[in-house]
Amino acid sequence: MGIRFVLMVNKQGQTRLAQYYEYLNLEERRALEGEIVRKCLARNEQQCSFVEHRNYKVVYRRYASLFFLVGVDNEEKLSALHQLCNNLDLPIYNKSGEGFNHQLIHPKVEAGLPNELAILEFIHLLVETMDRHFGNVCELDIMFHLEKAHFMLEEMVMNGCIVETSKSNILAPIQLMDKA
Amino acid sequence: MAGPSLMDSLFQRSVDDIIKGIRLSPPGTESTFIAKSLDEIRREIKSTDPQTKATALHKLTYLHSLHGADMSWAAFHSVELSSSSAHSHKRIAFLAASLSFNPSTTEVILLLTHQLRKDLSSSNVHEVSLALSTLSSICNPDLARDLTPELFTLLSSSKIFVRKKAIAAVLRVFEQYPDAVLVCFKRVVENLENGDMGVLSAVVGLFCELTEKDPKSYLPLAPEFYKILVDCRNNWVLIKVIKIFAKLAPLEPRLGKRVVEPICEHMGRTGAKSLAFECVRTIVTSLSDHDSAVKLAVGKLREFLLDDDPNLKYLGLQALAIVARTNMWAVLENKELVVKALSDVDVNIKLEALRLVMCMVSEDNIMEICRILISHALKSDPEFCNEILDFILLTCGRNFYEVIFDFDWYVSFLGEMARIPHCQKGSEIESQLVDIGMRVKDARLQLVHVARDLVIDPALLGNPFIHGVLAAAAWVSGEYIELSRNPFEIMEALLQPRTSLLTPSVRAVYIQSAFKVIIFCLNSYLKLNGDDPSYPSESTYSDVKSDYPGRFETVASQLLSDTEPDNPNMVVKHGQKPSVSSKMHHLTLESLVALVNLVETNLGPLAGSNEVEVQERASNVLGLIKLIKPKLLGCLDTREGDKANGELKASEMVELIFGAFSEDLGPVSLNAQERVPVPDGLVLKENLRDLEEICGDIELPLSTSFSLVKLQTMDATSNLEHHSKEEFEPSTESTSLLAEHRKRHGLYYLPAENAGIISNDYPPAHDPKDKASDETEDLVKLTEQSLVIKKKPNQAKSRPVVVKLDDGEGFKVAAKAPEFKADLISGAVQEVLLGNEATTSSSRRKSSKKSSKRREMDESNVGVPESKNEIVKADMPEIGFSSSGRRKHHGHGKERKHRSSGKDKVHDHKDKQKSEHGHGKHKSRQRADGALAAQSPVIPDFLL
Repeated sequence: MGIRFVLMVNKQGQTRLAQYYEYLNLEERRALEGEIVRKCLARNEQQCSFVEHRNYKVVYRRYASLFFLVGVDNEEKLSALHQLCNNLDLPIYNKSGEGFNHQLIHPKVEAGLPNELAILEFIHLLVETMDRHFGNVCELDIMFHLEKAHFMLEEMVMNGCIVETSKSNILAPIQLMDKA
Repeated sequence: MAGPSLMDSLFQRSVDDIIKGIRLSPPGTESTFIAKSLDEIRREIKSTDPQTKATALHKLTYLHSLHGADMSWAAFHSVELSSSSAHSHKRIAFLAASLSFNPSTTEVILLLTHQLRKDLSSSNVHEVSLALSTLSSICNPDLARDLTPELFTLLSSSKIFVRKKAIAAVLRVFEQYPDAVLVCFKRVVENLENGDMGVLSAVVGLFCELTEKDPKSYLPLAPEFYKILVDCRNNWVLIKVIKIFAKLAPLEPRLGKRVVEPICEHMGRTGAKSLAFECVRTIVTSLSDHDSAVKLAVGKLREFLLDDDPNLKYLGLQALAIVARTNMWAVLENKELVVKALSDVDVNIKLEALRLVMCMVSEDNIMEICRILISHALKSDPEFCNEILDFILLTCGRNFYEVIFDFDWYVSFLGEMARIPHCQKGSEIESQLVDIGMRVKDARLQLVHVARDLVIDPALLGNPFIHGVLAAAAWVSGEYIELSRNPFEIMEALLQPRTSLLTPSVRAVYIQSAFKVIIFCLNSYLKLNGDDPSYPSESTYSDVKSDYPGRFETVASQLLSDTEPDNPNMVVKHGQKPSVSSKMHHLTLESLVALVNLVETNLGPLAGSNEVEVQERASNVLGLIKLIKPKLLGCLDTREGDKANGELKASEMVELIFGAFSEDLGPVSLNAQERVPVPDGLVLKENLRDLEEICGDIELPLSTSFSLVKLQTMDATSNLEHHSKEEFEPSTESTSLLAEHRKRHGLYYLPAENAGIISNDYPPAHDPKDKASDETEDLVKLTEQSLVIKKKPNQAKSRPVVVKLDDGEGFKVAAKAPEFKADLISGAVQEVLLGNEATTSSSRRKSSKKSSKRREMDESNVGVPESKNEIVKADMPEIGFSSSGRRKHHGHGKERKHRSSGKDKVHDHKDKQKSEHGHGKHKSRQRADGALAAQSPVIPDFLL
């Protein structure tokens, strides 16, 4: 469930932080951000926090005026299976509707589903951490301390894997830097 | 402006200034402000003062990251600054590097190697951590190779803070430089027993990623993972460990038995939804043979579905879709919740629900489900409405309509769908209508009714989305006109003025159908009056239509007797129609003449149409009318003697065309064309320039194989023209020239199947009869795949026969599927195994587009442990048996040994690979190889 990017975007759709864990060039980034942000901003409170976009599953959450978006590898799960079946013109389900075309279930389809709820918790942790550091964090804090936000993320996520989930551990080196 | 002046340094703007500046600049002028700032930065960054340089780089990073400014030009400055002694400068430099460097194209990365090495071995943990973060984001194969030793040291660093980061960074290094696995793997594994949550989290995360790519290789580590699963209380770690087991369990049934219990325990105990969900998903994907666990999981899912949180609802539905594959009852049990979710506010949830509803479909409930869905479709927004229609069409049409029992219902249902206001699925409905027409004989009567209703409704013509449906309806009306109750009415509908709204291709279908209708009417008339002994046709076409014995009689006599207009409400705008329509029910000479006149007036203008298809078809019909009409009129005017004579000629023509049209069209296999063997002497691949030469008068001897075959143009649609022209007109000069040419150079034309082929514009079709009667050998082969038409007595409830081409459609797919699968799963692996060296080394050298390259690297990485596993797997069965007896006696102690032997084997293989790389370390290892090879049959009895 590798995290592929973390974005923070305000209500107007302006990016306030962008951290990618795989290299995309500027055009790709701009296009991706534009599309995803448009998709997420169009959704309302009653809708779920997951959006599928290209090969990403985007988990987002809104805090005050800021949207936190995390893109995770989407192993395309069932839809890949549907696609596969459609391409081959095969039934996904057998006649009586019970049972499945097992030969088609590719291990990749099954494995590696991101845990969306864990990602939501990660977003919450990130916000709490920033809150603890900045004290009632707001958009401006992130704007003017972008590098700090990046360092916090760096402490929490490496290579798309979450490595640290303790707030004090995350903040320790940053507080040291502040003192220095 | 040479270098930065002192003034620049003194009055340099800070990052905050830039941010404020952007915020203050009036809308629309940000880009000018940014451009101005970039100019300043370009100047400042050259400064020798590290502070000035750092600030400039910091500003640039900000603009790059949030405003998309290009900073590839500043790569070297980042490298330069990274060697600064001030930690704050170094931070800025490394941040800039990790945010902007492209690992595969930024060349200056190599210049960072030394600095990174220095920092990795620094005594300051913060420097080390910074270097590790940077390494993990900009790592390329060279960097990975050069820094592996430092990383190896850090993996057992006493400082937790550093060690966990080293573990996280190692994943990237493995991906870039698979040989690093040899060096580091053991140390990584040791960390699985570390008590620190940070370290454990990192190492479990690492294995989670690794197992995702190639689970088999990590089976020997199952005991360690199991221990974490049982002992750990950190939800993050647990989620990842469970994910690992989700991948390992399907590979080893005994493992599944072992882990199912603790997973269920976690699921029951935890308050964290994320962990509970992970447990549920693992059970339903990987442990679905454990019924009691699945029951528990489905119970949990139901809680999710009942929850108000849309996130849980969405995930619950998703998981339910996974359960549906193996345990359909779970979906049926939650049916009402799923149906309720169809009207959720969130389209994502609705889609998931729709998917689930469709997987509940069976023969018994299809009608009910479709009814529910259509009522939802009518209520929904256009987008979702079409989504629903799409799913319905897909499900119903799947595998030759296998879920459809009542085709009369389905055909009417298709017509209903076409009339849904938002419907944009015209083309799919179109193809199904035609397809059912060809495949399901028993549905044709109803199909014709549905088609009539569609064709006759002038309101539908205005909706471009369903033009496809109309085309299908028109085709059906024409093709199966003998089943229609009132051909005249159909004709009027086909010619109604609003057809001008149709696209040319659809219009061509309309005209073609009108052609068929008129032929049918003429023929019926002639046949009815054909007591005349000279009338030859009777036997010919009643043979052809043997599937409908007596059907035309019925229809035709009905035409005569049916005095009531079938559809008095029909809206007809055309001037002469109303009068015509009422009279037309009597199939008399007068009514025929009126019909012909109607066609002529309506199609007349189209003969000059700009659209080739329309023009051509209109001309065909008009050509026929031109020939027929004088005869008909002649009959009308003159008395007995001439009448018979005129009628005779006309009847011959009509009968011929009718014969051509009346052959039944069947479905065509997609690969029918491929199966036609290329006859000897037919050159397909040669350059056609030769043709010019040939045309320049060299006469080729006629090859005998072609002289027997009647030749035809390649263009199927133009067939008709030749047909009718050749039959009705004295061949004009051009056609005769063409024929001549064809005769001489048959080589360059496709051999015709037979003259009897149906010239039809609509779906290309092979006719069973046609094929069967054909003498040529290649076509006999085609016949062998022919249609399975079994006539069934039309009983009330039996399912109509759906014609399938057995090898043509079903089997082709079935044969293809495993191939496809094999391709996906093992293709990559095999390729890697065989061409491992090639890919790895070549991709290491070349630094080209990153993403694709990286993937390649991933695969090569995966391939390495994979091969080792071949051994494990091969040994598995016997060991499984032999050790089963000992199982009880050898407890935990054995696992240790097995695991390590497994691990060592990783090394083995790596060694082999490495030795091929010529690293020269292999001698000592090879000895170890021998020792281990002897041990290798002792194989993990994993947890037991």
